[in-house]
Amino acid sequence: MTDTAVKVDDLWKVFGPKASKIPGSPDGALSREELRDKTGCVAAVKDVSFEVKRGEVFVVMGLSGSGKSTLVRCLTRLIEPTAGRVVIDDHDVLKMSESSLRRLRRNHVAMVFQHFGLLPHRRVIDNIAYGLEVRGVGRKDRHARASEILDLVGLTGNAMSYPDQLSGGMQQRVGLGRALAVDPSLLLFDEPFSALDPLIRRDMQNEVIRLHHEVRKTMIFITHDLQEALKLGDRILIMRDGEVVQVGTPDEVVGAPADGYVRDFVSEVPKSHVLTLKWVMRPPSDGDALDGPELPPTTVVQKAARLVLDSDKPIKVVEDGRLLGIVTDEDILRVIVAEDTVQESGAA
Amino acid sequence: MSVDTTAPAPPGPATKEQQPPPVDDGPDRRWWFVAGVLAILVVLSFPLRGVATLPLARSDLTDFQTWLGELSDKLENARDSSAILRGLDKISTVIENVAVFLQELISQPAFPRPVPEIGWLGVLAVATWIALAVAGWRMAVLTGVSFALFGMLGYWTDSMDTLVVTFMAVAICLVIGIPIGIWMGRSSRATAVITPVLDGLQTLPSFVYLLPITLFFSIGVAAAVIVTLIYALPPVIRITAHGIRSVSTETIEAMQSAGTSRSQMLRKVQLPMARRTIIVGVNQTIMAALSMATIAAFVDGPGLGKPVIKALESLDVGRAATAGLCLVIMAIMLDRVTTAASERSVAIPTDRAKRTRVIVLAVGAVVAVACVILSRRQLNLAEFPDKPDLGTPFAKLADNVSSFFTDNLSGLTNGIKDALTYGLLNPLQTLLAQSPWWLVAATLLALSVLISGIRSLLTSIVCIGVLLGTGLWQDSMVTLTMTLVATILTMVLALVLGVWMAQSRAVDLSIRPILDAAQVVPPFVYLVPAIALFGATRFTAIVAAMVYASPVAIKLVCDAIRGVSPTVVEAAQSAGSNRWQIITKVQLPMARKGIALATNQGMLYVFSMVVIGGLVGAGALGYLVVAGFSQNELYGKGLAAGIAIVALAIMLDRMAQGSSARRKPAGNKSRSKWARISQLVG
Ligand SMILES: Nc1ncnc2c1ncn2[C@@H]1O[C@H](COP(=O)(O)OP(=O)(O)O)[C@@H](O)[C@H]1O
Ligand SMILES: [Mg+2]
Repeated sequence: MTDTAVKVDDLWKVFGPKASKIPGSPDGALSREELRDKTGCVAAVKDVSFEVKRGEVFVVMGLSGSGKSTLVRCLTRLIEPTAGRVVIDDHDVLKMSESSLRRLRRNHVAMVFQHFGLLPHRRVIDNIAYGLEVRGVGRKDRHARASEILDLVGLTGNAMSYPDQLSGGMQQRVGLGRALAVDPSLLLFDEPFSALDPLIRRDMQNEVIRLHHEVRKTMIFITHDLQEALKLGDRILIMRDGEVVQVGTPDEVVGAPADGYVRDFVSEVPKSHVLTLKWVMRPPSDGDALDGPELPPTTVVQKAARLVLDSDKPIKVVEDGRLLGIVTDEDILRVIVAEDTVQESGAA
Repeated sequence: MSVDTTAPAPPGPATKEQQPPPVDDGPDRRWWFVAGVLAILVVLSFPLRGVATLPLARSDLTDFQTWLGELSDKLENARDSSAILRGLDKISTVIENVAVFLQELISQPAFPRPVPEIGWLGVLAVATWIALAVAGWRMAVLTGVSFALFGMLGYWTDSMDTLVVTFMAVAICLVIGIPIGIWMGRSSRATAVITPVLDGLQTLPSFVYLLPITLFFSIGVAAAVIVTLIYALPPVIRITAHGIRSVSTETIEAMQSAGTSRSQMLRKVQLPMARRTIIVGVNQTIMAALSMATIAAFVDGPGLGKPVIKALESLDVGRAATAGLCLVIMAIMLDRVTTAASERSVAIPTDRAKRTRVIVLAVGAVVAVACVILSRRQLNLAEFPDKPDLGTPFAKLADNVSSFFTDNLSGLTNGIKDALTYGLLNPLQTLLAQSPWWLVAATLLALSVLISGIRSLLTSIVCIGVLLGTGLWQDSMVTLTMTLVATILTMVLALVLGVWMAQSRAVDLSIRPILDAAQVVPPFVYLVPAIALFGATRFTAIVAAMVYASPVAIKLVCDAIRGVSPTVVEAAQSAGSNRWQIITKVQLPMARKGIALATNQGMLYVFSMVVIGGLVGAGALGYLVVAGFSQNELYGKGLAAGIAIVALAIMLDRMAQGSSARRKPAGNKSRSKWARISQLVG
């Protein structure tokens, strides 16, 4: 097995008449509006390529309508892609037969949905065991496994409830449990927490982080919420109108937005929480004192702030014994003050 | 839930439709054109009165009608040579055998016994037990009391016969309908093929199902079961499909992404999630079947319909009312029990409740079996005793009420009757039936284009051509007149009550149960009070039609007004509108589509009743159908009248639909108007 969990190449999904003609044709280069006006087709996903490493949390972010749901559904062909290639665990998904596709969905990939998609006529335990049931696991075994999962997702004691007796957050725990129960190698999330209240959303995000630490699964996580993306993502893919705008780590996205669209997105982010020293340091010039404390470049600005401000000498950013740059009070304050102005103008 | 089935047009599935966006483009110019066309008709009708009206005397036959009359004989002769006809014969024989078996079981003497296999006590006990099992003890009590009343009112045998026909038809309906519904729910192609057929079937008045049946089947219990099942099939198909389809896409996707196969999807996801809806569909089917099983008395179907028809024909109000009461009791019982069963089907019992239930049911079963055995042994438990007799006093009471009205309030009833007859009915009838046919036809064509667009022109031309072809133009115009008058009156009533209900919770809470109950009563029954008040006239049919069509129209109007976005109403309030201004400037205009839909539905219900009204002096097409049943030489004319009714129904429906839904652009094909009659279920 390679180190790549998912590989997507030139993936297209076009809705509408004669959709298959669009990818690769001159029409494919048109913007979404132009294409719709000209052909009546909507290019929901447009020539998208990316790779997800094993064990990584890969976040896809974009405004509503940007094609995120379509993209994630194309991965397991819940929506049939129009063109391109999807490789999961070295299997070419688009070439799979109906039955091997079903095997893939039963054993390797599980998905969590925005509105949970639970079966109201089944108890929590049978909802969680559903994936095992369709796989043909016997009743006793699957209930044993489902009970473990109940504990894992924090639903101990709710096994015999019906979904609509639970709160939204708990229902989504069931959804999460159902996905984890089949022990998949890849977890897909389509805006799983968008329907939840902010406080519960934060709990659930922490829950995902915890689970990721515990089970170390590869995750592809869809969201329209940048905070969530920054919090969870090892890397973030930003989409607009079906196209990839930028792929990068959180600090890359915030520190070096690829264009105005991304800049708008990240303008409200408290940068000091995301940016690392790598993004604020500058090369040392002649007059600088080089005997201050040392920090690695991956330190988040907010964490470094105290040390920098307390020290009367610049901080040295050092990696593997090599001096990369220095950070002074001024560099730190620039990030924090910029944030304040953003917040003020936001409040005005 | 509310139920609506006894109609030619049981409601479609319980889609929660989005309220159409508030488009208020002001008074539409086309309505000026409509007024203009009508004015031209009125002006021209005066000089041309009595010209080219295409009358046809009652006993006269056109060639086409004679040909239709012989069709039956021709089919009879072809019977031996045609495999299809022989197949139909076989079906009919099987159905008849089963029906006779069931009748001998509970209603008719089982030779050599002088009584059925199971006497009244046994039947009552078993029925009560079934109600207990599916719907709880309250419904068991209701069922037991209802069965006892059938007997005490003096219609035990007829009631049991009606139940036999109804349940045979329902059983076959479910066996055929649920699989078709499932197929339709899972395949958009099937939907595209089946939906128009169902739309068509549900547009037709129940009455016209009867005659063609007699072409292919000999009259009797088999014909009754078959016509009942055809009539009751659309609701179960539609609602099953709807139930399957209304499982959310996200749930389907969630299940697919867990690797669910197609058959697993059906068994583990779609069917369980649609179960509640399907049970609602069973309720609708039972109610539709009951109403048709009654009317099937015209094809010699056994049961309560026969005494009702006989009493209506001889204007015997007392007997008609008693038999009618049995039907009402039966309708309410069936509706309540199936509704309770559907509610129970989603309830989650505790373990203790489950255990108690098993014990109660076991004990109940023993009692029921004991009752069955007893009722086989003892004659007085087999044949319903003459006493206590509630039937005779009730009939007397009904007679007295009727004569009280005719004796003391005839001034009032006649006043209403005369005012509407001379003020509205007669002038309109003169206009439509006494004007030259080409003038009226041209007007109808112009209206159909103006109201529902150029595409309806072809339908209207064909329908008018068919009306002319049947040779029954003038009769059709008389029926049309009654339909229009009753529809206008119904809509006036519906607007007043509907708006009132929409404004006040309290009013809604007190009126809605009455409307719900009124909707389960077989339409036939409404003729009884109408005839008691107004005697046998055209007006009687109009009153019955109003009573029959009002509940559905009122509910649709009320729900349409309710559906107006509360934000808009709030905005209007905060702009200082008073209540009347809110109703007239905001709610009614914004509910326009819903009101148009109510008119469409109301008109179809009215039409169906006006046709049946032929039985009580309404004359015209309905009378011809009735005459076709009773007089052999008029059979062909009755069939022709049936065809005319179909043409008229389709034309009216198209026009009314056009006014409510100027076809939206493609993309919501599946949302036929039936899908929009959402509020009536659930
Ligand atoms: N079944 C479909 N048919 C036609 N257009 C669709 C369909 N599904 C999605 N789209 C269109 O594709 C675009 C992307 O949709 P979606 O993937 O749901 O976006 P997101 O999840 O980012 O909000 C939207 O413009 C949407 O209208
Ligand atoms: Mg989405």
